[in-house]
Amino acid sequence: MHDVSAQPVAHQHSAPTGFIRKWVFSLDHKVIGKQYYALALVSVFIGMILSWFMRIHLAWPNWPIPLLDKLSAVGAPAGVMTPEYYLSLLTMHGTIMVFFVLTNAPFAAFGNYFLPIQIGAEDMAFPRFNMMSFWTTFVAWLVMMAAFFVADGPPISGWTAYAPLSAVGGDAGPGLAMGQNLWAISIAIFCIASLLGALNFISTTLDLRTKGMSLSRMPFCSWAWFITSIIALLAFAVLLPACILLILDRTAGTSFFIPAGLVLSDKLQPHSGGSPLLWQHLFWFFGHPEVYIAILPSIGIVATILPVFARKPLLGARAVVGSMIAIGFLSYMVWGHHMFVSGMNPFSADLFSVPTLIITIPATILTLLLLGTVYGAKMRFTSAALFCLGFISVFISGGISGFFLAQPSLDTILHATYFVVAHFHFVMAVASIFGVFAGTYFWFPKMTGRMMSEPLGKLHFWLTFIGVYAIFMPMHYLGLAGNIRRYSAFVDDFMIPLIPVHKFITIVALLTGAAQLIFLYNLIHSRFRGAIASENPWEATSLEWSTSSPPPFDNFGGRHLIVYNGPNEYGTDGPQDYIMQTSPEKAPVR
Amino acid sequence: MATTTLPPPPELTADDQGRGGTPKFTPRPGHVTASGSHAEKSETGVWVAVAAISMFFAAFTSSMIVRQGVSPDWLHFELPRVMYISTLVLLASSVTLELARRRFTAASDPVGSATAQDRSQVSKGMYWMYVTGGLGFLFVLGQLLAWRNLRAQGLYLATNPSSSFFYVFTGTHAIHLLGGICGVVYVLSRLRKTNGVARKSGFGAFSIYWHFMDILWVYLLLLLVFRF
Repeated sequence: MHDVSAQPVAHQHSAPTGFIRKWVFSLDHKVIGKQYYALALVSVFIGMILSWFMRIHLAWPNWPIPLLDKLSAVGAPAGVMTPEYYLSLLTMHGTIMVFFVLTNAPFAAFGNYFLPIQIGAEDMAFPRFNMMSFWTTFVAWLVMMAAFFVADGPPISGWTAYAPLSAVGGDAGPGLAMGQNLWAISIAIFCIASLLGALNFISTTLDLRTKGMSLSRMPFCSWAWFITSIIALLAFAVLLPACILLILDRTAGTSFFIPAGLVLSDKLQPHSGGSPLLWQHLFWFFGHPEVYIAILPSIGIVATILPVFARKPLLGARAVVGSMIAIGFLSYMVWGHHMFVSGMNPFSADLFSVPTLIITIPATILTLLLLGTVYGAKMRFTSAALFCLGFISVFISGGISGFFLAQPSLDTILHATYFVVAHFHFVMAVASIFGVFAGTYFWFPKMTGRMMSEPLGKLHFWLTFIGVYAIFMPMHYLGLAGNIRRYSAFVDDFMIPLIPVHKFITIVALLTGAAQLIFLYNLIHSRFRGAIASENPWEATSLEWSTSSPPPFDNFGGRHLIVYNGPNEYGTDGPQDYIMQTSPEKAPVR
Repeated sequence: MATTTLPPPPELTADDQGRGGTPKFTPRPGHVTASGSHAEKSETGVWVAVAAISMFFAAFTSSMIVRQGVSPDWLHFELPRVMYISTLVLLASSVTLELARRRFTAASDPVGSATAQDRSQVSKGMYWMYVTGGLGFLFVLGQLLAWRNLRAQGLYLATNPSSSFFYVFTGTHAIHLLGGICGVVYVLSRLRKTNGVARKSGFGAFSIYWHFMDILWVYLLLLLVFRF
């Protein structure tokens, strides 16, 4: 250990041999990437099981759910959850999925593993910060999980923790005492971890690119991780002070977010003058960029993988990078579109509506360029390629409902309904996860040295693809029919006829969730029994395919690679139809 | 991608470390710190951190402006006098930091085989580093006195939004400054380990951070003077 700490330069630390230094407190970006991936994998299954609980309750409100009373005897007496506990599960589902899955998997996990390799570096710029950011994330995760086990359970204020509900304390309902404290502390810790991570990504990209790796030769996912890290740096730097103010309101008696005259449980709250809207502004100033923190890495992953299997260069590569930059920039101007019905000045709604609609321009350019890449291609339909195509599909489906929601007059009607649930699950959650699946099938051979099973991968794709459409498409219909979101059961007259749709969605959700076990089996089985992978099984061009599978500790076995070409040289003439980035062969003029 | 329009592969030289073929970072004469690749990386890292910390305090600032405008309960109070003194102390610490840099520059030696004269320059520089850290520590003590002064006036964290923001601004800045004092300790220990080769000590990165803390405090003080 003292050897490592004495060497400030990343390149100089040697491969550790002890178990702890090698696999637990590792400085190796590849191990840290896998640690992030494992944490996201555990989290996604927890989040999915929570959604199962909620779906079963929505369709059959009186059914006892096995084991749920073990999780909380108060929240789910005899296995039937109370309306409040439904909200607790809703909060935890959202929080776990957004922070610990969608932020961690496409960005922190794959970015950590592949950003240094793709730019030809031997490690991140600050390996110790890198290790710290994972373990800080893990502490945040533990604190968040602890909320399940405190007396009145997790908070009921949603993943957005709207004040004053989140700020006033236990008088307002279950989970708002200790549970909400743990939530706020966990997110504050998560912010610090993400800031450290973003700092590392930016410094690595700027300083550690190998000879010849100009910015314009960086693979598209490296670009996406770079842009995402800038977004994350500025966004989490705002969520952290917001959490500090929230914690102070909750524990120190300040009144940043709590207005005067609140009476809860027959008690006048000892606060005055605070602004609940202030929390929403701070939160969504982070929250909207967070959407792009989740989706941009997946866009980058798809833009990298799609040409490999289309055997064609990505269409308009510079426009793809430009669109990603434009999306990142615009993400800071649109946060108010989450607040059209919040009581914000209605004139400011237009101000936020216009840039929101403008974002559709780079997003559409991106989508059309991805489609244009596929057009006329002799596709190799691997599992990774299928998930890339699936990504484009769900991204379009989710994006189109965004046009409607971006307009304040329509959003006023749709905002509190399942239409919004369908929209953000498609465009943020499913699309981002499809990018992660594509990345997993694509990079698994590099990460483990073994191939995943293609038949199982394709089965997994088709079940998931059909499943997510069967789950989320009907939700648009529910929303248009006025089905309010966040309710634990539908007893109002006008919602009772909609219950059969909910039953259908619940059944499909259970089946689609079960289909993920195929993925899990494939992942674990292939890790030990999969066919041995060659150095470059997909015939791809970027630097990670110029080293062994899995890469050695210093990534390139002491070689210093020199880059001669961009990452996009597919479909070329010659003995092979691609040119490696490290190949001195001159790319043809197109 | 239009890679074909890109310039041909860069000329290769044995000592070129990369950075994507951009011109190798050459230190200005007398620029002690940013020559080795480590110093370069740590300076990039600190600049990135400066951006994040700026956002952090920008968020507090806009919160304060919103909170002050939303309710008529803002209590104006006189800032404790000691804060002006501690501001001068912090400004002085930036000057002593530059004095340290001057010593290190005089002793700068690319090979690291320091002569006796260089050693004495380095130890003088280290002396100024101690002074810098000490002044930073004095500043934090000054903030403690300011908080005692507020407490004596009956202004606690939860008394009024103005006092809340006062403690939040000064407290979070003090935490960042304590991080800077840890930086002093780190740089001094590196200087000892590297036998006084300042450019390997992270001095450059540290000095960016310290001056930034100084500028940030002046900004916060002006904010407090004009809004409280």
